[in-house]
Amino acid sequence: MVLVVRAPGWPDVKQSFLNRDVFDDSFPDIARAFFVNVKIFLIAEVFILVFALFLAILRGLPGPVFFPLRLFATVYADLFRGIPTILVIYILGFGVTALQLPGVPVSPLFWGTVALVLVYSAYVSEVYRAGIESVHPSQSAAARSLGLTHGQALRFVVIPQAVRRVIPPLLNDFIGLQKDTALVALLGVVEAFRQSQIDVAATFNYTPYIATSILFIAITVPLARFTDWLIARDKRRQQAGRMA
Amino acid sequence: MSSTNATALAIEGLHKSFGKLDVLRGIDLALAEHEVVCLIGASGSGKSTLLRCVNLLEPINAGRIVLHDEEITAGGVDVNVVRRGIGIVFQSFNLFPHMSVVDNVTLGPRKALGLPREDAERHADELLARFGLADKRGEYPDRLSGGQQQRVAIVRALAMQPGLLLLDEVTSALDPELVAEVLEVISELAGEGMTMLIATHEMSFARDVAHRVCFLDEGVILEEGPPEQIFGAPREPRTQQFLQRIVRAGRL
Repeated sequence: MVLVVRAPGWPDVKQSFLNRDVFDDSFPDIARAFFVNVKIFLIAEVFILVFALFLAILRGLPGPVFFPLRLFATVYADLFRGIPTILVIYILGFGVTALQLPGVPVSPLFWGTVALVLVYSAYVSEVYRAGIESVHPSQSAAARSLGLTHGQALRFVVIPQAVRRVIPPLLNDFIGLQKDTALVALLGVVEAFRQSQIDVAATFNYTPYIATSILFIAITVPLARFTDWLIARDKRRQQAGRMA
Repeated sequence: MSSTNATALAIEGLHKSFGKLDVLRGIDLALAEHEVVCLIGASGSGKSTLLRCVNLLEPINAGRIVLHDEEITAGGVDVNVVRRGIGIVFQSFNLFPHMSVVDNVTLGPRKALGLPREDAERHADELLARFGLADKRGEYPDRLSGGQQQRVAIVRALAMQPGLLLLDEVTSALDPELVAEVLEVISELAGEGMTMLIATHEMSFARDVAHRVCFLDEGVILEEGPPEQIFGAPREPRTQQFLQRIVRAGRL
């Protein structure tokens, strides 16, 4: 900290990154644009949670009959974790819209969000899968022994326990997603990052980037604390007697 | 007993292997209705595997299993329907830790039998009260003692009103002072005429509760008979050896 403040270039940096007037001017615009990020995040998150769980279930289907579905889920995860997110956004945002198919949306916001859903579902499906595999097989055996089907055992016994265990890594991916919503700017969508770039270009001052950073942190930090609280509450409820 | 009563369970020529390891090498065993049979034998003799095969939790390699005149190992049998009629209680309880006691007990009746929640809970409450667990209905399993957890597991199996109950070393994971409460429950069920196949290391319990005792050794039933004979005058040298070891360990 001291080193930074006493650096020879500090006055210039302070002027161009921490300018109070520029901050006050640009913040309202960026905050408005940030709602686009929040919207992308919230919509994408819902689809990711559902689609990724679907992929994880496919991957865990037993027996040789389901080999093609397992293969599909595996290849999907490999593919979308392998391609850089930014390329998926470009390919969908510019490629699919250029096809000019009737009835297919051309909005860059739409395709940017779809790209994020596809990429993050691959990551999140692996998180789910790890959670499902961490639930001891005896739990599934107990459920099946009561006459529950494979699907019911997953739905009522395995997945509820799996999800509780993977909440921290899930949150990790949520935060990554929240930040990557800025990549949708590359398709021309004016969200917080794009708006701050516009402001930077207009003022020759980088303070708008700081304003944007603050907005992102304002979302992710409360999210992290909320998750901590959720986990603690769950532990308390299930194990209080053991501690006493 | 088995000659006069209807047969509840018949196991014929059952073989089961895990890879190259032959765990069961031709098991023949029949249980009459209301009969209690105890399986004894060293660890690894195949007791647990046998129970898991009966509940169709393990696919078998050869032989057949007939439950109440239906061959449950035949192709095309709906395993979920078969399992509704067979209760199993595991050594490590396997309660669902994310559910309260009453939800553990009602999950099967609600989801597998399709009972409305009220009916399932009324029945569950009756069973819980009967086994001294009425005040635990809202607790989570981790808050209960091992003995209480195992009794809940038994209640969970009973809630399905099974015609056959399989008990897989249900007291092995318990502290010694908690064993009695679980054994009392099982004795009570035996007294009521529940058909049971019990794998156990509790020899004195087996002697008291079983109508018949089977000694399993390396995947076959080496010797079977009434408890007085198996424990009093075992014929096979292997049985004698096994029981001598048990006596030396102070468990009989």
